[in-house]
Parts: sequence; structure tokens; C-alpha cells
Amino acid sequence: MNFLDQYRNPEMVRRLADRIHQRSTRPVRLMEFCGGHTVAIMKNGIRQLVPPQVQLLSGPGCPVCVTATADLNKAIGLARLPEVIVVTFGDLLKVPGSDTSLEKVRAEGGDVRVVYSVQDALGIAQKDPEKSVVFIGIGFETTAPTIAASILEAERRGMSNYYVLSLHKLCPPVMKALLDSKEVRLDGIICPGHVSTIIGSRPYEFISRDYGIACVVSGFEPLDILQCIEMLVKQIESGQPKVENAYPRAVRPEGNKEALKIMESVFEVSNANWRGLGEVADSGLRLKDEYRAFDAEEAFEISQRSVSDPEGCICGEILRGIKTPLDCKLFGKGCLPDHPVGPCMVSSEGSCAAYFQYGATSHER
Amino acid sequence: MKDKILLAHGSGGRLSHDLVEKHLVSILNNPLLCKLDDSATFEIFGRVAFTTDSYVVHPIFFSGGDIGKLAVCGTVNDLSMSGAVPLYLSLSLIIEEGFFMDELNRIMVSIQTAAEEAGIKVITGDTKVVNRGNADKVFINTAGIGLVPEGVDISGSNARLGDKIILSGPIGDHGMAILSQREGLNFETSLKSDCAPLNGLVAEMIEVSKEIRCLRDPTRGGLASTLNELADKSKVGIRIEEARVPVNEAVQAGCEFLGFDPLYLANEGKLVAVISPEETEAVLARMRRHKYGAQSEVIGEIVPEHPGRVVMTTRFGTSRIIDMLTGELLPRIC
Repeated sequence: MNFLDQYRNPEMVRRLADRIHQRSTRPVRLMEFCGGHTVAIMKNGIRQLVPPQVQLLSGPGCPVCVTATADLNKAIGLARLPEVIVVTFGDLLKVPGSDTSLEKVRAEGGDVRVVYSVQDALGIAQKDPEKSVVFIGIGFETTAPTIAASILEAERRGMSNYYVLSLHKLCPPVMKALLDSKEVRLDGIICPGHVSTIIGSRPYEFISRDYGIACVVSGFEPLDILQCIEMLVKQIESGQPKVENAYPRAVRPEGNKEALKIMESVFEVSNANWRGLGEVADSGLRLKDEYRAFDAEEAFEISQRSVSDPEGCICGEILRGIKTPLDCKLFGKGCLPDHPVGPCMVSSEGSCAAYFQYGATSHER
Repeated sequence: MKDKILLAHGSGGRLSHDLVEKHLVSILNNPLLCKLDDSATFEIFGRVAFTTDSYVVHPIFFSGGDIGKLAVCGTVNDLSMSGAVPLYLSLSLIIEEGFFMDELNRIMVSIQTAAEEAGIKVITGDTKVVNRGNADKVFINTAGIGLVPEGVDISGSNARLGDKIILSGPIGDHGMAILSQREGLNFETSLKSDCAPLNGLVAEMIEVSKEIRCLRDPTRGGLASTLNELADKSKVGIRIEEARVPVNEAVQAGCEFLGFDPLYLANEGKLVAVISPEETEAVLARMRRHKYGAQSEVIGEIVPEHPGRVVMTTRFGTSRIIDMLTGELLPRIC
């Protein structure tokens, strides 16, 4: 049997879905924080399996989508510098900044390279010592430790042409900001699986304690998500919100201490600019003073100018869970995967892309 | 030191002559080509199919094949998908200065081996050498000519309500094999490209039934894009069942790791056939007896709902739209 089959067993999926139907007596609003969950929910038609009173809302958990236009402009500005090689994960390539994208800058002759691992960025820097290599560090707590490790490695090798533009974001602080804004009423949160492998499940305890909202960490397979939804519904129905872990094969309560240690040795907590949410206190990571030599913001003159989000684009509201892609007038018309207006349509984990790619029925698309 | 391609190999002089004679014609060796006239001349009667394609794959050598095998199989398959019996190929090589001569020889042997298997002959060609940096090692263009047998009418616009859709085997092997060997992504897998000439399989299918409406090989863009093209061209709805679409475990694992969907990965030795419901079983049985169709499955049918769209029934009984591939496949961040 394929190792994944056990998490995709149709019989067990049906049984779990039946149990959710039986347990669910009242409307509940659950937010999947992570874009990976949004994709898995749409791809497997999980909305069609749960009762209509269980409403699933997409949250701000796609690192590409939450990257502010001003930060994208910085990456694009770096790619236009003749002595710079910009290295990035592929997801970021097509996201439009104010007037262009990394993909278009590459077509104009900018040196933009896509890698699958940050280690490859180090390889590029080592191969081409005459050029400055800037890695665009986007992602949540999942990717920050490996990028921190690349900086430690660059230091160990004595490299002076490797830099990171740190646009990292932290999940628990933005969850707090979202709940404090009171824009969206939630009963439960499907907590991010990959992020939790690093930070563990404990950092969500304030959510159930202070806000009375149920929290369950979930994996990304259909059975993971359905089990998570069942646990959330059970908590909500019993009126006892707490933090539970439906992804114990990957997540421990205390997280991955080694990865956290590496991340904390290189980065320190800072404010961060989120698309749709603006500046959120203590929700980002910047390089510590002793690693400033690797900070692209310090090393390069990056032009700053005022920016506004594209007209008609409601990505910000979609990321805050107060609107869905279907509420957007541009969705599927002016904004398509081929010609995205906003980042939620570009990123493979964006809500709009998931709705567009997988939505099967008229109410889902 | 290993022999390399020099700019002079493309000059039209002695070195060009030697390259063509010693490294190309001697391997492809057949009477029509060996005349080396400005055009190959031959007799042909009936409905002719004619196609061309260019191959710029990277890396040029991959598990299960190379750019040469791909260039022959790709064009043979394009001819086959219109039901034609492939006859003749042209071969144009654009070679980067500095390319190793022994690698060119390997590619030529591979071209000849594939052509032999497909029963097609390379009868005309061209060679250009470009400055280093102006091509990535070697680019190949092939054009192919074939004959469509009497009574065969295969086209992407022929699908009708109730027709069944057959897929000739597991999807994504070529796409994942190439990805696994790409610079910056190297990961170990036993996967091989499925690159193969499909004319033999198609000939047997046509022998069983003249009710084969559409044939397509799901190359770039994968099965998803091919089905969308058929739905669009025939103005019909397509419904497929996830549980019936075969995917090898190594492809599935690679897709999980990279965040890809096997429906969008390229194939080079698979075909999709739309066939009248009455003939489906007979064609399927014959396909399963052929080495390139042993794992054939009926994966879906033509439906009256959602014309122009492809919808998949998941393993859980839910539905989702299968859209065309947009842009290049890029791995996810986390």
C-alpha cells in the first residue's frame, strides 16, 4: 500500500464525514489559517463533505499572498541591479509588484533564478563570487530556520556576496491581530501543519484561553483535515475550547527545538508589513545585529516609493477572512491565473487560485 | 581530449561534410537519405498527415531516454494521433559550439534506434552550429509525414455524448523523471521517462475499431490540458474518475514533495482515446495486450453537463474542476 493511501481511504473519509454530520447541531465558522489547507480542502472537495452549517473560511496563511506590495517592489528593485542575482522560490516569480513582477524583470534581462532549496542559493553565490546573490526570504516559521541556517553556513564559509532580504512572517502574532480586529467572528481555527512542526502546538494556547476559540493543528491529507474538523466541532459543541493536535505524526507540543534555536540565533522579532493587515507588531523576523552583513536591506540602496494595491482587488479582505474570492468582482474575469491582479490568484496556495483551479460547483466558483 | 563541435562544423566546408557523412548519415543510413540530394524524393498516395515539432529539453540525457529519442517519438506520436502510419522524418540539428562529439553520436544512435522501432526513416535534414551561448547544447527539430488509412477519421473535435475515455497507462513519469534530474532539484528516484513511439499501439487500436473518435498524447500540460483541449474542440463536457487514473507511486511521492499535481505533468509515451461506448471494451482489451498499453484504463466519459469543461469525481465522491495548466509548474514554498 502506498504510504499516503492510509490518509486517503475513501471508506474512512465517509465515516468521518458522517460523524461530523452527526455531531454538528449548529452553525460554526472555522478558519483554515494555512493556504496549503485551503488547497487541500478545495482539491478534495471537503466543503462538499461537511454539513452546510460548518463554514470554512480561508485565512492569511499563504506567504506569497501576505507579502506587501512595497516588499515585492524591494525584491524587484534588487533584481534590476546589474550586479545582483536575485534567488527566490518559484511561487514569488509571477506576483505583480506596483508595475512589474520578477518574471517580467527576468525577461528584460534581470538575473532572477528559481531554486527549490535555499542551499542552492549558497551554491550560486559560491560559483559566481563577482556577483552579489540576494535570497528573497519569504515564508513563515516553516522556512525561516533553513534560511537562518544558510546565513550561518555563509558565515562559516566566509562568503561576502550572499544576502537575505528577510520578509519572514510569524503566525501566532498575526492570528492575534486578526482576532483583535474583531472583523471576523470565528468559532475554531484549523492551525497550520507545517508551521506547527517548527513552533509546536503550545503557541496557540492564548487563542483558546483568551478568545474562547477552539484550535486544532491539522495535517494536509483529507483524513487529517476531516479529523481536525471533527475535533473542532466536538470542542465547540461541548463549549470547551482548547488546543488539540490532529497531526501528531509531525507535530510535537514543544515543536522542533533545534530549528527554533537556529532561527532565534540569526533572527530577532520585528514588526512586519502584511498585505491587507498593514503593520503587525512582532509578526516578522529581521537579522540580528551580528548578522547585518548578510542583510540585503543594509547592503543595497533599494528605492522606496508609496504604493497602493491594484484597483478593485480585495485580496486584503480575503486574507482577513471577511470576504471570499467569490465576493471579488475581478475573480475569474479581470483576474485570472494567466493575468493575476492580486497575489491570492498568483500563488499556488492562494485562496483565489484554489477556488479557480478546483471549484467544482457554482457556489464554490 | 574529447572531440568537440566547432563553429567550423557548421561552415559548409570540409568539416561540415565530414560531420554529416561520418556522424549523421552513417548512423541513420538509408537509401533515400544517402543520396544526399537537396530534397529527398519519394512517392506517396492517399491522405497525408504532416507535422513538425522542436525539442529543447533540459537535461538532454535523462533516465529513460534523451533528446534524440524524444524528437523521434514526439513526431511519430503526433502523426499517430491522427491515425496516420508514420513514414518519413526530417531532422534539423542546431548544435552549440563546444558540444561533445561523442554526445552527438549517442543522440544519433538513439534517434536511429527509435526510428527503427517506429518503422520510420530519416530521409532529409539540416545541421547548424551556433556560437557558444546561443543554444543550450543541442536543439532538434523534426518534421514527419505519414499516411492515414482509408476510413479512419480521428480528430479532437469528434467526441460525442456517451463516448468513453481511455488512458493508456500511468501519468507523469516523463515530467517527474526530468524534474528529478534538473539542476537544483536532483532527487533520487527509480523513475524513467515513458518516452516511446505509439504508432504500433495505435495501429492495433484502429485494427479493432474504426469508431476511435479522438486520439491525443498528453505531453506538456499533462492529462489535464489534453482533456480540456478535447472538451473545448468537441464542445462537450468531460467527467473523469480520480480513482481510475493510474499514477505510479514514485510520481505520486514526487508530486507530494514538490506540491505538484500529476494531472499536469508531461508524458511522452501515453495516449488518451475517445471511443464509442460499444467498441470500448474490445479496444481496451487489445491495448492491454500491447507493451505500451498494458496498464490502459477507462478513466471517464463524455457527458452532457458543463460543455467545454472537465470535472473530476474524487475518491470521496466529491467533484472538482480540472483546469488547463497555466504558466510553468513551480514548486510551493512550504
